Amino acid sequence: MRITPLGDTALTIELGDSIDESTHGRVRGAWQALQAPPLPAVTELVPAYTSVTLFYDPYAAVQAGAPDAGIVEWLSGKVRERLKNPPKSEKVKPRTVEIPVCYDGEFGADLGLVAKHTRLSIDEVINRHCKADYLVYLIGFAPGFPYLGGLPKELNAPRHAKPRMNVAPGSVGIAGNQTGIYPLDTPGGWNLIGRTPLRLFTPEKDPPVLLRAGDRVKFRAISAGEFAKLETSR
Amino acid sequence: MITVVKPGLLTTVQDLGRPGYQQYGIVVGGALDGFSTRVANLILGNDDNAAVLEMAQTGPDLRFETETLVAWCGADFEARIGNESLPRDRPVRIAAGETLSFGFARSGLRAWLAVAGGIDEPLVLGSRSTYRRAGIGGHQGRPLVAGDQLAAGKLSERSQQLLGSLHTQGRRATGWSVRPQTLGGAMVAGTMRAVIGPEWDWFTAESQQAFFSTEWQATKEADRMGVRLQGPALELVKPREMISSAVNTGIVQVPSAGQPIVLLPSRQSVGGYPRLAAVAAVDVGRFTQLRPGDKVRFQKIPLATAHEIHLARERELNLIRMGLARLTA
Repeated sequence: MRITPLGDTALTIELGDSIDESTHGRVRGAWQALQAPPLPAVTELVPAYTSVTLFYDPYAAVQAGAPDAGIVEWLSGKVRERLKNPPKSEKVKPRTVEIPVCYDGEFGADLGLVAKHTRLSIDEVINRHCKADYLVYLIGFAPGFPYLGGLPKELNAPRHAKPRMNVAPGSVGIAGNQTGIYPLDTPGGWNLIGRTPLRLFTPEKDPPVLLRAGDRVKFRAISAGEFAKLETSR
Repeated sequence: MITVVKPGLLTTVQDLGRPGYQQYGIVVGGALDGFSTRVANLILGNDDNAAVLEMAQTGPDLRFETETLVAWCGADFEARIGNESLPRDRPVRIAAGETLSFGFARSGLRAWLAVAGGIDEPLVLGSRSTYRRAGIGGHQGRPLVAGDQLAAGKLSERSQQLLGSLHTQGRRATGWSVRPQTLGGAMVAGTMRAVIGPEWDWFTAESQQAFFSTEWQATKEADRMGVRLQGPALELVKPREMISSAVNTGIVQVPSAGQPIVLLPSRQSVGGYPRLAAVAAVDVGRFTQLRPGDKVRFQKIPLATAHEIHLARERELNLIRMGLARLTA
């Protein structure tokens, strides 16, 4: 474990140097241990692929007992202490979230391209996309946007050289070895293979996002009729 | 009630941001200069986190239906009511029916206007800040447009006392002022203090040196998320892929073309470019005053020094807070 300053108001706790499930497990463990109860002067925690970043208020740290000239050392000490003796808490089991996806018609506008690139039939692309287990490594880029691991190698397809100006919310895409879901209407260069009627970002809700770091994800193919039904009932 | 007669170039409702939601990909955002915003609020007797209006380059024209107090900090706007020029950094009394016009920024780029009682908008995820990309917060999730009507919250006792005193004396503004730029000790105009970033060692010695010796130029590629700088291309010792990780406000990230980008409060929560350095938190506010074409230098300081300046500024603000409580108009 390595603790690196990220500017003068954050520290990054490095827990590995590759994107894999065992690193993710350590990230998850550290994140949970640092969460409750919160360390003094810490304003928020941000997990990523190989690290947890802790944001702090230097003035609050000094008020909580840090020496003026040793805030980083003081806070790093608290982090190490906490990670050595994590508070007893129930292991939170990862949730599995099923995402219904309609792969039909315009929703899967780039399915043909992906099929051509991967030399699979369209049905086989859909099949393999649904069959795989995915892990949400982190949420970022946009509210509720999941960085998913677990796309089968044979489904890799390059992103568009020229991004679309508008991608509808709920669009499911493939780019390189990644698959993801667009939470907002944004420009985007991924191959669009389907769309989910679920909302990934609902500001009125707490938490405001459907997916969280550490969740397991499964895609389930649905018909256009089911899509319409789910969309109106959400 | 406040009516937006002219919206200005980009005027938004902001407070100190929306921390706590970066883990969900939601930006912190908020006023680009949180410290100036706190001072503007403090001057009026508002809570530090009361919502203000952030303006850029061309400010708004605002008509006030009831008598109230305002204060703004930041760039030098040619603010006036009719032909009367108005001073910044202090409480200014606006009579019922008057229109406050900000005009252009004579120097600098942005200012933060506090209104007694704070701009009253619903809290979304704990904040009144406008989050434009998600269309939430602030006034209907977007920049102000002509015809918008804004409400202010209830005046604090301190605000009422200040307003009453100015009203009785028939004065426009107080004799005293608080200038956020002067707090926290000496600084060099056009030079931002910075600490090294997590990937400092990835860069060649020449590029490390060039970053701190170059006079950089702010480009037009600038918004509330960040500012791209122009200068010599910064290079890595060897090509390396970075695994996406958290970023921070002030972080100087360097995409493969080698031109650095300084991240501002509406930055994303994670990024995938090497992070060469970070502008000290105390200088981020000054950085947000740069216009396209402005020159800027960086001065390397140790992290402990950045904290020292930060603490000195907070302590100075505390003294001012105590002093103001004893002052009347």
